[in-house]
Amino acid sequence: MLHFSRWKILATVLVTAFLCLLAIPNLLPQGFVKSLPNFFQRTIVLGLDLQGGSHILLEVDSGAVRKDKVEILRDDVRRVLREARIGYTGLAIQELSVQLRLREASDLPEALRRLRELSPPIGGILAGTNVRDVDVSDAGGNLIRLTVTTAGITDRVSQAVAQSIEIVRRRVDELGTVEPLIQRQGTDRILVQVPGLDDPTRLKELLGRTARLTFRMVDTSMSAQQAIENRPPPESEVLMSSDRPPVPYLIERRVVVSGEDLVDSQPGFDQRTNEPIVSFRFNNNGARRFAQATQQNVGRPFAIVLDNEVISAPVIREPILGGSGQISGSFTVQQANDLAILLRAGALPAPLNIIEERTVGAGLGQDSIEAGVTAAYVGSALVLVYMLLTYGLFGVFANIALILNVGMILGILSGLQATLTLPGIAGIVLTVGMAVDSNVLIFERIREETRAGRSAIAAIDAGFREALRTILDANITTLIAALILFYIGTGPVRGFGLTLAIGIVTTMFTAYTVTRLIVATWVRWLRPSHLPI
Amino acid sequence: MRLLRLIPDDTSLPFMQWRRLAFPFSAILSILAIYLFFGVGLNFGIDFRGGTMIEVQAKGQSADVSAMRTTLGGLGLGDVQLQEFGGPRDVLIRVEQQPGGDAAQVEVVNKIRSALGDDFEYRRVEVVGPRVSGELVQAGIIGVAIAFLAIWIYLWFRFEWQFAVAAMIATMHDVTLTIAFYSSTQLIFDLSSIAVILTITGYSLNDTVVVFDRIRELLRRYKKLPIGELLDLAINQTLPRTVITSVTTFLALLGLTFFGGEVIQGFTLAMLFGVVIGVYSTAFIAAPILIYLGVRTQTVEGRAGARAEAEAS
Repeated sequence: MLHFSRWKILATVLVTAFLCLLAIPNLLPQGFVKSLPNFFQRTIVLGLDLQGGSHILLEVDSGAVRKDKVEILRDDVRRVLREARIGYTGLAIQELSVQLRLREASDLPEALRRLRELSPPIGGILAGTNVRDVDVSDAGGNLIRLTVTTAGITDRVSQAVAQSIEIVRRRVDELGTVEPLIQRQGTDRILVQVPGLDDPTRLKELLGRTARLTFRMVDTSMSAQQAIENRPPPESEVLMSSDRPPVPYLIERRVVVSGEDLVDSQPGFDQRTNEPIVSFRFNNNGARRFAQATQQNVGRPFAIVLDNEVISAPVIREPILGGSGQISGSFTVQQANDLAILLRAGALPAPLNIIEERTVGAGLGQDSIEAGVTAAYVGSALVLVYMLLTYGLFGVFANIALILNVGMILGILSGLQATLTLPGIAGIVLTVGMAVDSNVLIFERIREETRAGRSAIAAIDAGFREALRTILDANITTLIAALILFYIGTGPVRGFGLTLAIGIVTTMFTAYTVTRLIVATWVRWLRPSHLPI
Repeated sequence: MRLLRLIPDDTSLPFMQWRRLAFPFSAILSILAIYLFFGVGLNFGIDFRGGTMIEVQAKGQSADVSAMRTTLGGLGLGDVQLQEFGGPRDVLIRVEQQPGGDAAQVEVVNKIRSALGDDFEYRRVEVVGPRVSGELVQAGIIGVAIAFLAIWIYLWFRFEWQFAVAAMIATMHDVTLTIAFYSSTQLIFDLSSIAVILTITGYSLNDTVVVFDRIRELLRRYKKLPIGELLDLAINQTLPRTVITSVTTFLALLGLTFFGGEVIQGFTLAMLFGVVIGVYSTAFIAAPILIYLGVRTQTVEGRAGARAEAEAS
């Protein structure tokens, strides 16, 4: 047990030194670290609870996705049957399905064939799956039912998440924060973490809007009031304005130009009234369509609709041919700014709901770091002193191993660029407390062997050998708990599991290899006849 | 230099005799724990209950909690709890989950911000929607269950089944008492409490395994020794180590408790408690149970016996 081959000594020293060196960049000033080779730039990342910042979990509103999907399906059905000149009645939405009744039973095969074309396999034909997003069935009695399948919804939600991530990123970037993290979580969620953001109110406002912008004509065939009291024409709907109190408008469903055709939008001020406005530019396609629509409808009002709210409904005085325009809607400067950002970033395919928010102010973060570091120093100092008092020279050995151990934990955390959280610091301190356990097991065993009458070297030898088995068994149980914490935990708890797990591995290494090497070296130099333990 | 020995060498404390006191004692504690859990309940944090938690710090000398309570009580947010948190300037506000889904939870923060005005610094804001909290509960329970199962299976492989069963009962005992600790102190029970439970279990099992390891070794060495005496011997032989390790862990935790700040105070207090029950359950629950499980016959006559003979020769 006390014999080390030369390469083993070398390997132990190199591994220990390397892992401890990895921790060094954390202590150096940032400017200097940046000048180092890439690999040595790795440092521990402070978690949001230490650094301050906002953690926001968004979820795609799958209810809205479903509703959207069914409505689109209904419109498609109407179009397809009209094109095929097939007569039907009672086209209606029922929860997840659209159903209709054919006038002529003889149209059934043709209708089914046409409607089935509406539901390509999910993932395109190339994906080779047989799963379809719409299930078309003949319910008997000329009744056809088209049901959006669960797979279809899941697929749509998943697409919506993928599209939303890019838009969310653009919106967050507009806040000018440093290194925001935006990533997908699970099937329908997006995690946004913004370090250093103390007050996420504005961020939440930006993320909470779908920002679907459309330009449509106002339906002047009846007043909005009449439409509410009776029934609006099928091609139009009643929308409220963003004024306080809101005013109803009757707006055509047909979209002249949508936000997708915008290439730029900027906040500004109206030259005459000095009101905040948002000016925008269309791409070629949008400009052409907008020009056409305004040429044909001079004298009629059109509406600018944002997320089903009428922002303004000006009357077209002259054709707008240049492809640019402005929106004025009694905004505040902030509102104009936000709207410009939202229009530039693009519309979300579906609304996002905030389902979790955790924000830590920079003040608390700083306090937590200081408290954590103080606690770590005090806790470690107590343990070091106690070990020295209990084991004397061997206590010094254990303490050297302990310090190297903490160095290695920090080194590995840096190498992994792991996130250090406050519970993570607690995990390190707890490891310090438990790390000495391995040394205690070894030393107590050596004491027992000595008292059993063995010589110094035989006692040390037996001590390490017998204690190893115990150390392994005892630490693996804790390691299991730590790994599970790492896998199931979120945020800070995950950090705790990680540091605890790393701590256990380094502890087994230091106690068994580093301490043994130190003791072996000591034995070889001094050839002690009795042990001061 | 004279070395510090908290425990004299060669103690021979009759732990197995004390089980006649320890078993009823633990049984009463466990019944009390179950009563506390159902009667008093846990002070669930927003991780598991959903809702909003805000930590504010008054910009003035101190925060007027009763005035804040009146202000916030008038907002119609249902149950609003305020408690001083650390110093006189810091107040922790907890608002129960609002009816009306995720959007309603987020709205709470805005209401509180506008009600309290600019006299406070918002140090921490946490909002957990109903769905997330449900998932966190589920993940927590599943996580603890998987961890226990994995540990028990590991012990079963490394030792005999009797040891795994004894460790299982001791773990249950520890978890029950830890939950009772949370219930009686009304410390907030949240995600980090799950971490505490797993860590306490890990620590307690660590302790148990060290003693079990010694028991296994002694079983091979002394084939004639009555099991009770053998267990006593194992616990006594490992007693110095148990005490020293507990003291070092305790010292490290004391540092965290006094200097680690308010945020992890609940965490460290529970952990301190865990160190104590971890040691207790090893000596008074896990080891004595082995007597009833008939560990002697199988282990000695089984495969371990042959190995011991090989080692002895």
